[in-house]
Amino acid sequence: MGSLKKNGGAILSRIATSNQHGENSEYFDGWKAYDKDPFHHSRNPHGIIQMGLAENQLCVELIKDWIKENPKVSICTPEGVHQFSDIAIFQDYHGLKEFRQAIAHFMGKARGGRVTFDPERIVMSGGATGANETIMFCLADPGDVFLVPSPYYAAFDRDLRWRTGVEIIPVHCSSSNSFKLTVEAVEWAYQKAQESNKKVKGLILTNPSNPLGTILDKDTLKNLVRFVTRKNIHLVVDEIYAGTVFAGDNFVSVAEVVNNVDSSEIDVDLIHIVYSLSKDMGLPGFRVGIVYSYNDSVVSCARKMSSFGLVSSQTQLMLASMLSDDQFVENFLMESSRRLGIRHGVLTSGLKKAGITCLTSNAGLFVWMDLRHLLIDRNSFESEIELWHIIIDKVKLNVSPGSSFHCTEPGWFRVCFANMGDDTLDVALRRIQDFVSKKNKLAEKSSDNDEIIQNNSVKKQKWRQSNLRLSFRRLYEDGLSSPGIMSPHSPLLRA
Amino acid sequence: MKQLSTKVTSNAHGQDSSYFLGWEEYEKNPYDETKNPNGIIQMGLAENQLCFDLIETWLAKNPDAAGLKKDGQSIFKELALFQDYHGLPEFKKALAEFMEEIRGNRVTFDPTKIVLAAGSTSANETLMFCLAEPGDAFLLPTPYYPGFDRDLKWRTGAEIVPIHCSSSNGFQITESALQQAYQQAQKLDLKVKGVLVTNPSNPLGTMLTKRELNLLVDFITSKNIHLISDEIYSGTVFGFEQFVSVMDVLKDKKLENSEVSKRVHVVYSLSKDLGLPGFRVGAIYSNDEMVVSAATKMSSFGLVSSQTQYLLSALLSDKKFTGTYLNENQKRLKIRQKQLVSGLEAAGVTCLKSNAGLFCWVDMRHLLDTNTFEAELELWKKIVYEVKLNISPGSSCHCTEPGWFRVCFANMSEETLDLAMKRLKEYVESTDSSRMISKSSHERIRSLRKRTVSNWVFRVSWTDRVPDER
Repeated sequence: MGSLKKNGGAILSRIATSNQHGENSEYFDGWKAYDKDPFHHSRNPHGIIQMGLAENQLCVELIKDWIKENPKVSICTPEGVHQFSDIAIFQDYHGLKEFRQAIAHFMGKARGGRVTFDPERIVMSGGATGANETIMFCLADPGDVFLVPSPYYAAFDRDLRWRTGVEIIPVHCSSSNSFKLTVEAVEWAYQKAQESNKKVKGLILTNPSNPLGTILDKDTLKNLVRFVTRKNIHLVVDEIYAGTVFAGDNFVSVAEVVNNVDSSEIDVDLIHIVYSLSKDMGLPGFRVGIVYSYNDSVVSCARKMSSFGLVSSQTQLMLASMLSDDQFVENFLMESSRRLGIRHGVLTSGLKKAGITCLTSNAGLFVWMDLRHLLIDRNSFESEIELWHIIIDKVKLNVSPGSSFHCTEPGWFRVCFANMGDDTLDVALRRIQDFVSKKNKLAEKSSDNDEIIQNNSVKKQKWRQSNLRLSFRRLYEDGLSSPGIMSPHSPLLRA
Repeated sequence: MKQLSTKVTSNAHGQDSSYFLGWEEYEKNPYDETKNPNGIIQMGLAENQLCFDLIETWLAKNPDAAGLKKDGQSIFKELALFQDYHGLPEFKKALAEFMEEIRGNRVTFDPTKIVLAAGSTSANETLMFCLAEPGDAFLLPTPYYPGFDRDLKWRTGAEIVPIHCSSSNGFQITESALQQAYQQAQKLDLKVKGVLVTNPSNPLGTMLTKRELNLLVDFITSKNIHLISDEIYSGTVFGFEQFVSVMDVLKDKKLENSEVSKRVHVVYSLSKDLGLPGFRVGAIYSNDEMVVSAATKMSSFGLVSSQTQYLLSALLSDKKFTGTYLNENQKRLKIRQKQLVSGLEAAGVTCLKSNAGLFCWVDMRHLLDTNTFEAELELWKKIVYEVKLNISPGSSCHCTEPGWFRVCFANMSEETLDLAMKRLKEYVESTDSSRMISKSSHERIRSLRKRTVSNWVFRVSWTDRVPDER
């Protein structure tokens, strides 16, 4: 839909009619298929298992219990309703002071207490989605460029570019060095952009990484900070997965670097952090995004912009209490890490049994799975998409193909592990193991390869012709779709 | 400035205007009955604080909704994970029905055409992103809500061209004013994409008449442009007349499924009618599928918290509650407005006749030294610093005539309002006595005549006053 829609002459904006939101891509197919045929242990045991959703569902019971034990944090309970009117009218874009303090405190705890955050720099936003867009509005004008290491979170195409007019240029990372980001690669991308007369305003990266699940080492992060200082460009670090590190103690927040690098080498006015409670705490529905900047003008501007996406005061009040409860927070973070670590271990060892390796990782809610050996043509993204369709159709798993994250090498897939029960993960692993062993047997007969290709292109055509409505789905792998995506047990489905 | 965007360095956010400066003064010295009885009384805040008791009572009777439960079963987990930008279906259904109820069930709203947003602040900005390119213009009748400068223009790059309205006809929109504004935009080489009105009006507190609404629909039809009707105050109408929405007019003109109806969009919010601005609940209603589709995606940048959606879906689905609430809300607003108007009258001050909103549009032209905006600002400063009332000067609302002020009445107790009126009366009497010495008697008679003869004087009987209900 590249042309402007003409509504008898009255035209909608280019933003409204373009595809820049990225939601019409074919990566949607897996979600559509899941919606049509969602897995359920008893009701639909052969349905598709959702492994494309980066959600942290492992510790929600801990939060529920805390809320039960603390009725006064709700403005709706008899114990808390006396606060109702004050909270109901509170729309100050500074946010509740206790909320900012609690968030700052929590952010420190999620980073092992190695760094503290200033509540006066905490600015609210509509989730990290809102935070990333806001920071772009503050740092860049339409046409300006931000560099992003690839593979990267697919929704950045929408969040960073769509309404802001900012351009993204990827800094390609490759498997040859385990997809590690190097300053040299950033430097190279920066120079190339300059040569094309593009104005680079900064570098934005997610650390821990989505989709890789890896963390940046301290030296690289320090060198990146030095690099942006030298070039006088911004560094935005999306630390939305900071609290999901489940092994080792080596996550280094850029905040630590700010404290530890010589002040002559770093211009703190260039350093900004994006955060959210959607992954660490598993509360994406409550829309808690944070912009944290060391630049006073950015704090001030982002705060004014937060009017477009404030956190509901009802939610602020509840979280202010919860996140100030040290005992709860410490226990939660520890338990969440522990469960994530176990889950990660189960998945990676299960995949290993099927001869599948993953990128070594110690954070995030997913693994970066290597299926290059299963591609018909290791250099073709068409092969990757065909394999992906087989995984959805035959193995009945919705995983996310690397190309949807702008990976430059075909054959990598992101597989989520924290959005389901243990049993479901077991079923998923068994299916993978069955599929691989069957495929190995089939591979002995070369003619079967041709059959598979033919079947897949027929299937692909059928899907493309299908009339499934887009409008009931949220298309990004980290988003939820219609209530169908929730556990079939959900009472909301019956509403 | 370290290479920041132009948005940071410009002041298109509009926050340096006097509208916000008054707030800053208030923050430094806020009135409190006991702790700071000489502080500034906040009358610049269009909040509805009159009916919280009704909601609190409802909460006490509905523990399930309060406790994030459904049929006794906790749905905390589902809500914690729910971030579908289509919104909770039962919430949109309840919201659609609530909007219908406010309009006397004369028109229907389809829940699938509702897009949720983080307050009407976000809803208005989102609509701009959908309908206008940077540099395109929307026509707005003056005076208008100061926040529009930020919401409609700041990050979108859209422009506002004013439709000048004047006190000579009660600030109503006329055809010639519309045409003039359109031509002015063309002179400035701006492409007009639509008209945006707030109905009932902020800051006037009046409802658009059927004549004006018809005029607007005809105008956008002939120019092939959009009409946005921000109906955020639709549930605050307290007069005898019913609220007439642009949707009523489309229905009357049998344009409901027409091509024109696709260019009419309604914005709503629960911040004024229900007095819940903290919960950030806004909505866009559009008959254009593409607008709904694009706006829905954009709502990702400002979704409504799922726990808030759930609570409000239960609240608004309770028809007994909504019926009682709307009635009671209107009653209390009417009483409070009367209290303000009669208090003003006792100080020799009149206001535009109005029957909606949380404020009055007050005529203080006779208190100006000269008929200029400088004089208006001088008067405003005196009112803020000497009379200790934060009210909003008309210039901050882009009014073309100096001397008008917006004064809110629903965000304080009855006693505080009384005190505010006393202070104003004292001030006017003190300036009156000094004026009487300097002004000619001819001028005195003229200003007295204005007060008695003007069509816009709202006369109230002193026997209508009732004791405070909170």
